This record gives sequence, structure tokens and C-alpha cells, in this order.
Amino acid sequence: MRSVRALAATAALSLLAVSTIALAAEPKQGGILRMYHRDSPGNASIHEGATYSLNVPFMPVFNNLVIYKQDVAQNSMDTIVPELAESWAWVNDNKTLTFKLRQGVKWHDGKPFTSADVKCTFDMLMGKSQQKFRQNPRKTWYEQVNDVSTNGDIEVSFNLKRPQPSLLALLASGYTPVYPCHVSPGDMRTHPIGTGPFKFVEFKANESIKLTRNPDYWRKGRPYLDGIEFTIIPNRSTAILAFVAGKFDMAFPTEVSIPLLKDVKSQAPNAVCVVEPNNVATNIIVNSSAPPFDNIDIRRAMALSLDRKAFISILFEGQGDIGGTLLPPPNGLWGMPKEMLETIPGYGLDINANREEAKKLMQKAGYGPDKHLAVKVSTRNIPVYRDPAVILIDQLKSIYIDGELDVVETANWFPKIARKDYMLGLNLTGNAVDDPDQSFYENYSCGSERNYTNYCNKEIEKLFDVQSQETDVNKRKKLVWDIDKKLQEDVARPIIFHARTGSCWQPYVKGVTVMSNSSYNGYRYEDVWIDK
Amino acid sequence: MFAYLVRRLFLMLVTLFGISIVIFFLLRIVPGNIVDILFAAAGYVDPADKANLERELGIDQPLVVQYWHWISGFLRGDFGYSYVSEKPALQEILPRIPITARLAGLALLFSASIGIPLGVISAVKQGTRLDYALRVVSLSGLSLPSFWLGLLILTASVAMFNQMPIFNPNPQTWLEAFATYAVPAAAVGFRSAALTMRITRSSMLEVLRQDYIRTARAKGASEAAVNYQHALKNAILPVITVIGIEAAFLIGGLIVTETVFNIPGVARFLVEAIRWRDYPIVQNLVMLIAIVVVSANFIVDMLYAVFDPRIRYTD
Repeated sequence: MRSVRALAATAALSLLAVSTIALAAEPKQGGILRMYHRDSPGNASIHEGATYSLNVPFMPVFNNLVIYKQDVAQNSMDTIVPELAESWAWVNDNKTLTFKLRQGVKWHDGKPFTSADVKCTFDMLMGKSQQKFRQNPRKTWYEQVNDVSTNGDIEVSFNLKRPQPSLLALLASGYTPVYPCHVSPGDMRTHPIGTGPFKFVEFKANESIKLTRNPDYWRKGRPYLDGIEFTIIPNRSTAILAFVAGKFDMAFPTEVSIPLLKDVKSQAPNAVCVVEPNNVATNIIVNSSAPPFDNIDIRRAMALSLDRKAFISILFEGQGDIGGTLLPPPNGLWGMPKEMLETIPGYGLDINANREEAKKLMQKAGYGPDKHLAVKVSTRNIPVYRDPAVILIDQLKSIYIDGELDVVETANWFPKIARKDYMLGLNLTGNAVDDPDQSFYENYSCGSERNYTNYCNKEIEKLFDVQSQETDVNKRKKLVWDIDKKLQEDVARPIIFHARTGSCWQPYVKGVTVMSNSSYNGYRYEDVWIDK
Repeated sequence: MFAYLVRRLFLMLVTLFGISIVIFFLLRIVPGNIVDILFAAAGYVDPADKANLERELGIDQPLVVQYWHWISGFLRGDFGYSYVSEKPALQEILPRIPITARLAGLALLFSASIGIPLGVISAVKQGTRLDYALRVVSLSGLSLPSFWLGLLILTASVAMFNQMPIFNPNPQTWLEAFATYAVPAAAVGFRSAALTMRITRSSMLEVLRQDYIRTARAKGASEAAVNYQHALKNAILPVITVIGIEAAFLIGGLIVTETVFNIPGVARFLVEAIRWRDYPIVQNLVMLIAIVVVSANFIVDMLYAVFDPRIRYTD
């Protein structure tokens, strides 16, 4: 009898335990998510910015037509889901992308969302409307869009000049929210109105950003949180200490560097931390329009001198990725496979052999042990730029190049690059979407404003268009790899490494997914909840 | 005394006018403006967009016109709009002033209330162990940068108490309110207290050797009366000068302390505004700070006259 009772008690306890686990997994409503923010964004308008300092606090205010699934780390075409659109279809030989829109959606000020808002947003992005953005950094994304047309209140079509399958990926980025027609761009910079899970409450520059739950959100039961509060703490030491002391539920995403992760894990062992690539490539911009780097031999020698592993070991304790223009696999969808990468000059594993070859090229150009080439390596006065620039200078010494660090304040960086007042520059290039169209056209196409080196190869340009129109993913991948290989061989903008960074949160914060191939798209926060 | 007052006031106005010119033109000498920064951050520049924005913000106009717009607006109390937040500059600046004022006030209070008594004690107990100990403390105060001290305090608080004394905008108890300001005020005021202490000590030592002190003792005055009524009153002038100068220097220290303790005061705000070349904020804020500093100097000069009759009688 006693054993039967014991068995029953054990069974009851087991049941209780199982139900407790089930309950624990059940999302809870309520609570304010407290997060620190790394700096004070210039304004609140995502379309007018080019930093995820804007996306993190303001992406929860908006919706896109489509969005990358927020609980899947790797962004891909397969993870794109409808948001303000209910469905989409490619018609007219893949030259028209039509969206059926969700009905009954309201802006935070109570006005109804219609297809006119979608048209307004994209007309403004394409520079076709009366109202203008103060800045429009992603205008080039829509170069293949002829116009956006509406059919009633719930249908909208993007009419393209030629097929461009990647348009859907661009529309799914955190950088592509739909704005209301009835609010001016100026007002959107100071008091954004969206349809998203959280409403904007206030933005005190250098102090805080507050969002509150949107009770009328079209997705019933979401968001779980009552609000999100960002405290702006530019000093990283203070911010991390505050997170460790429990003042914050989450550290700013991707802002915990690899060396800092150790501190966090030792001081807050229960904190949940993940390390993911952020799809930001550290690269060298070369002024090939003036001596000495107008000489392809010297450019090639420089590319051959790079010891990419050393960069990653020193800066990230080995946690980084070597690749071409596009983020390498497995996190990246389009990066060259390792075997192909290693065939590119400078990517071979034998660094000494590479450098011997580089020395020969330098000698051919008239430099050697007795005649070093003096260059200035310009970079922004920010540690993530400055630190790799110092290592670069050290590595260049091995091939008779004496580098001198030239640190430039942010305000002067871009004007300096634009007027070609540099020899070598160390630069960071972030990719909002893991898609070749975004990277190739922005950084390498002739005449693009972000093509800082003015690299222009008409043959490659044609290949950009060919891959861009290809609907078969496998075929497109091969085209993309060939283009990427050629870009590296041309020393267009030598890629040094792709960084990885850490994100941390307290163990009671649930439903957070850190994207593994972009740091711009995963901040809707409607699935995040607090288990307290 | 009246003539002295009028002359000092006139000098004050001339100084402020000069400062306004220096502030305005120095800002324009610094390479880059808000438009450059905005476009640099976005990594692109469209010349038409850039020109539009410069026109919108009025920074395409001749410098003299820009100066006149600013200074005439300042005199009318119209500070213009922040280029970054697009809110009225006054609305951005005003709520931050009390925060920094409280912090600066507490730091000065800390400096005077710790520095003066300890300086007196150190002078009176010259050559004793206590004097040596106090001198070591004052030297360390002068040697430790306030940002380092601030970080040390934060790290120690987290390591020992798992508490983080950073700014709390809505303190629930008086203790929380006190902690919000007291810890950073101590961090920034420590150096100032050390300086005050050293000046008080040396000034006191000089005064304590004077004949009238001996006379006071000979008349049977108590040690406390000799030290505080006779000696300190005469030794305080250089200390007041130093505290006046420190009030101005404090702004520099507060920039770092406000950053480390994440206090949303004007000092940190000013640095951010300079970074963005937010001219309306920087010009007006620096001008306000200049007014405070010049006024503090004016008050110090007036205090001289109060404490030293020779000054007021000379004029």
C-alpha cells in the first residue's frame, strides 16, 4: 500500500513538474523590457538613417509589407512572411510584384492603413513624391522599380523594369517600414506613427526612448510586453556594468564585444549570451586613381600581405569569419565556399608564401628592403575602425610598405573619401540584407554613391544584372560566387574579415532571436516576453 | 564701491560679447557641419539633398548673417531649434540645467565642506601624523582623474553590493535621490576638495605666523577662536578665488562624470551637440555657461570687497 502511495505521489509530482514546465514555456503578458542603447540616434525616422541604432528602438513601432520571420536566426527568402501584406505574387513574367493587403489595420493615431500609404512610402523612397526625406540613403534599392500602383484600398503592385527577385528581400528588411501618408517626414523624425506592436511615447536625446504596447495591434495577443524602455548609455563600461548589476533586462544587441563577453559571463553567469556574425565586413578601400595604388601590382601585393586569421585572433579571440564580399557560409547564404575562396590570391593558407609573392610584386614596382613605400592608412576615429587599421599597418611592413595611421573624425571621414583625399582606408561595410543585389550595386557598381573607390568594371556590371534577374537560386549562387571571386582578384575592396559580436540578456527574458546574417532586421520584439 | 560695481559690470558685458564671437567662429573653424555628419553617417551624399538641407538649416548663409540671427535671437530669448532633434533648443537645454546645477552645487559643497576644515586641521597640526595623512589624501585627490575614480566607484559598487549608482530619473526615496547625485558629486568633487584643502593649508600656515595671531593668543583667545575667527577669515581669500575658478573648471570634470554615471545633464549634452555640430545647442549652451562663469567671477570679486575692506575703500 505504501509503495502504491509513493508511486502515486511520484506520478503526481511528475505531472506537476511537467505542467510547471508547460506553464513556464507559455508566454506571459506584461512587463517593461529595459534595455540600454549604445548612442542617441539622430532622429526617429528609419528611412532617413543608415545605422541599426535607429532600427533597434524604432522597428517595433512599424510594420513592413513582408518581414523576415522574427524567430528564425538566418534570414532567407524562405523565412519571409507576410506582415501588412496578407499574400504576394509575382506576375507579368516576374516583372510585377503584387501584394494583397491586410484589412482593418490602423495607424497608431487611429487612421486606417490603406494601399495609398504603401504607394506614398515607396514614391518618397524613389524620390517621386512632393514630400521629400531629408536624407534618402537607400534610394538605389528601388532603381529597378518603375512605379508603385494601387488597385483599390487593399492591393498594391510594384512594377519593375526587369525581373528582380531580391526586391522581396529588400522589402523584408528592418530598413523598409511602411510610413503613413498623412504624417510628414519631419514629424516622422520626431514622433513616428506606425502600425507596429508598440507605440512611440517619447525620445529624449541622449537620455531615453520609450515605447508602449499598442492595444489595437492587428496581430491578436501580441505584443506580450507592456512596453520597452531604452536608456541611452554611450559609455560601454557603464552600460555593461549596469547590465551585470541587473539594471537592464537586455544589453544593446550585438554590442557586447568578444573580450567583454568574458567579463559579462564571469560577473553575471546566468545571463544568456549568443555570438553571431553581424554581416559587417571590415575592408580596405584603395585609391586606385592616384599613385602608388593605381599600379595593380602594388594593390595585389597589398592583398597578398594580409593575414586574416591574425586579425580575427587578435580582435575577436578567433571568433570571426574569412570571406569575400558576401558573408561566408554557414551563416551567410551567398558567400563563396571555402575551397573556392582559398584559390583567390591572398586567401591561401600559406601566409609566408603569399608574402614572398607580394614582395616580388613590390620589387617589380620598384620597392624593396632599401626602398620602402610610405603610405597613410586613413580610418575613422572609432575603435572598431582604428584597431584593425593598426594591425593592417603592422602587416604591410612585411612587404616593404611603411604605413602611418591617419585617424579622421566621423564628420570628415566621408567628405575625405569622396574627394579621394586618401591612399588606403580601413572601412566597415554593413549589409542590411544578406543578398548580392544590395551589396554589389551599393558598393561596386559604376557611379554608386557608396562605391567609395569608384571601382568600375562594365563586364562585372553586366554580370550584376544577370545574377539579379536569375530566379533559380542555385544558378544565381554560382554567378554570385564568380562575381565575388573576380571582385577579390581585382582588389576592388579587399575584405579582411567578417566580424562576430555578442548579444546578452537576462535569463527571464524569453523569445529573443538574434539574426545571424544581418544586424538590421530582427527587432520587432512582438514575441519577446518576460518570465517573472 | 558703486564705481567698482559699474566697472566690473561693464567689463562683464564686454567679456561676454567677446566670448560670443569666439564661440561662433571657433565652431565654424572646426571641420564639418551637421550636414556632413548626417551624410557621413549614412555613407552617401547627394549634392542636391545636401544643398537643400544646408538651405533648410540656414547654414548656407554668410557668417555675419548667421551670427546676427543667433545673437539677436539669444538676446530675445529665442534660442532657435536643435538641428538634430528639431525641437526648440531652449526646450532641450532647460530641463538639463537643474540636473547639472545640482551636481555642480553638491560637488562644490563637497569640495568646500571637506577641503576647508581639513585644510585648517592640516595647517594647525602641521608636521604631525594627521597632517601627513591628510596631505597624502589631498595629493591622491589631485592625482586621480575623475573618470577613473567614477569607474572605480561603479565597479566597486557592482562587485561588492551588486548595485549600480547611475542616474535615476524617478527616485522613490530620499536616499535614492541622494545617491543619484551624491556619489558622482563626490567623484568629481574629490579633486576640487583636495585642491581647496591644499590652498587652505598653505594660506593658513602663512596667516598663523602673523603677529596679530600671536597677539590674539596673548590676549587669551581660545585656539578655536584664533584659528577660525582670526586666521581663517584672513586666509579665506585665496580659497574663495580657487573655489571660484573651480566652479568654472567643474564643467570640464562634469562632462566626464556625467558620461560615466550616465547623468543627462548639460555637460554631456554639450559634448554630444559638439559631436553633431548642433550649432544652436552648442552656441547657446556655451554662452549660458560663459554667463555663469563670468557671473561667478563677478560674485567672487564682490566677495573680495566684502571680506577685504581695502578693496572697496580703494575704489
